[in-house]
Amino acid sequence: MTAAVSTALQRTDPTDVPAATPGGRRRRPATTILVTGILAVVAIYFLVPVYWVVVAASKTTDDLFGTNGFWFGNSFALFDNLAAVLTYGNGVFIRWFANSVLYAGVGGLIATYLAAAGGYALAKYQFRGRNLIFGLVLGGVLVPGTATALPLFLLFSQLGLANTYWSVLIPSLVSPFGFFLCRIYADATVDTSLVEAARIDGAGELRIFHTLGLRIMTPALVTVFLFQIVGIWNNYFLPLVMLSDQDLYPITLGLNNWNSQTDRLPEFYELTTGGVLLSVIPLAVAMIVLQRFWRGGLTEGAVKA
Amino acid sequence: MTAKKASTAVGRAPWILVGPFLLLFLLTFVLPIIVAIGQSFTTVTRAGLFGEQGVTTGFAWFENYRIALEDGNFVASIWRMLLFGVVQVPVMIVAATVLALLLESASARWPGFFRATYFLPYGIPGVIATILWSFLYVPGLSPIIDLTETLFGFTPDFLGAGTVLWSIANIVTWTYAGYNMLIIVAQLKAIPPEMYEAARVDGAGPWRTAWSIQLPLIRPALVLTTVFSIIGTLQLFAEPQLLMSVSPAIDSQYTPNLSAYTTAFAYNDYNVAAAQSVLIALVAFALSFLFLRLTNRSSR
Repeated sequence: MTAAVSTALQRTDPTDVPAATPGGRRRRPATTILVTGILAVVAIYFLVPVYWVVVAASKTTDDLFGTNGFWFGNSFALFDNLAAVLTYGNGVFIRWFANSVLYAGVGGLIATYLAAAGGYALAKYQFRGRNLIFGLVLGGVLVPGTATALPLFLLFSQLGLANTYWSVLIPSLVSPFGFFLCRIYADATVDTSLVEAARIDGAGELRIFHTLGLRIMTPALVTVFLFQIVGIWNNYFLPLVMLSDQDLYPITLGLNNWNSQTDRLPEFYELTTGGVLLSVIPLAVAMIVLQRFWRGGLTEGAVKA
Repeated sequence: MTAKKASTAVGRAPWILVGPFLLLFLLTFVLPIIVAIGQSFTTVTRAGLFGEQGVTTGFAWFENYRIALEDGNFVASIWRMLLFGVVQVPVMIVAATVLALLLESASARWPGFFRATYFLPYGIPGVIATILWSFLYVPGLSPIIDLTETLFGFTPDFLGAGTVLWSIANIVTWTYAGYNMLIIVAQLKAIPPEMYEAARVDGAGPWRTAWSIQLPLIRPALVLTTVFSIIGTLQLFAEPQLLMSVSPAIDSQYTPNLSAYTTAFAYNDYNVAAAQSVLIALVAFALSFLFLRLTNRSSR
């Protein structure tokens, strides 16, 4: 395991190492066309729904049902639709979006910091209960998230926390998977002799973690942060169980609310398609830009299991 | 600083570091699980017609589990998810593996673009993915149905009793295939170049290399993605819940999780819902464990 981690670490950008491809041999044009053709067809499958919503968001409700779904309609109502999305209900869409940013941003940051501190402590200190903690958290990785949501709601109801920002934020602060990853990473990368040297220089334990540990663990922390952000942003069951006040909704719950009104009020089709488009754009950009950062950490998680 | 002081500082430090995480972990994972197990063994009896004469709670033994397991719809939903998993998980993992191998082969052009495209749906929440696909499933709105009608004179029914399960499988595959592919790609990149070198010297073609070198070496990634997919399958909730409004074939107990949600919030029976949640988690554990055992045995 450790060997695999260090291999992954040494190679900063494995994509551009040509020898890493199984070929290494000359490209045959026929094979290249065939393989690239297959990949292109699969790409169409992944892009069709996204393409459809771009087209649909530019249509009026009449055109949405009256014209070909894969091409633009007679009218071009994209900006009217988007304006409607942003202004409907005193800008409630913007509020939902901001809530999602708050849940995912704050949750992701704190969860990453706590996982880093915990993982570092388990990797770099010998203390009683260390193995028990690790075993417990490892079990937590395998517990289905939805299995804890219902009892958590009952618990938070009794504490008076249900239907508040805290009810979604507090569970988002914990990432067992991040803890697990940070421990492995700190084990492999934070050199014990370096920690000892810092101690001899008179640095306090917390200072060693904050200046030395966090800096060395940065690549793993980026992965944990991204995982946690996507996990919180995509979560639906937890906020659905916890929240009843629409002002606290994240974007997933808000759009679901609009979508469920389409069968009674057709104008909600325009709002839903426009809202979906607006919420997909930042995520799509983020995924494409951040896709490079996922690799290192994913390997380690995969190799360990 | 004396030596004694320093050693107590070292003794205290790990607890200060791990403390906040541990506290929150106990609050949001361990405590809810204990609460759920406790609730699942509890019965609430309401005295009087509407419970106006007080509520008493008592130890119920396995009564709630009996009620959950005698509910034919709940048991059927577990079987439905097993059928779903037996088909969807292998299809998705095989697709992810083939895509990863093709992307990492020397024959692929623009691998970076394709990788980003396949991974993109992972960033789209299940709710939004389902809204997107439901528009492509609903007759009258779906351009796909229009297309097959004009081309083949055939009207597919994506939301019927026999097909809607596979329409959900399509949404799940669309969302997670690229993510699983990325995990496999990451492990493929960790294969040392010398291995390929040696295979080439021995005269192995691309098929042989994939079968004898790459597949055995990405085995841990395949096991990991399969276990996560099995756990994910049993948790299925958002997709069927949203499609319920457009497909009459989906009822409020279509998946185990939907069933537990309905029991808790529509029937207000938290105790039976807790028993159902525990059962779902147990089945997920058992299946993951079984799968890990099977893969361990065959590797020896």
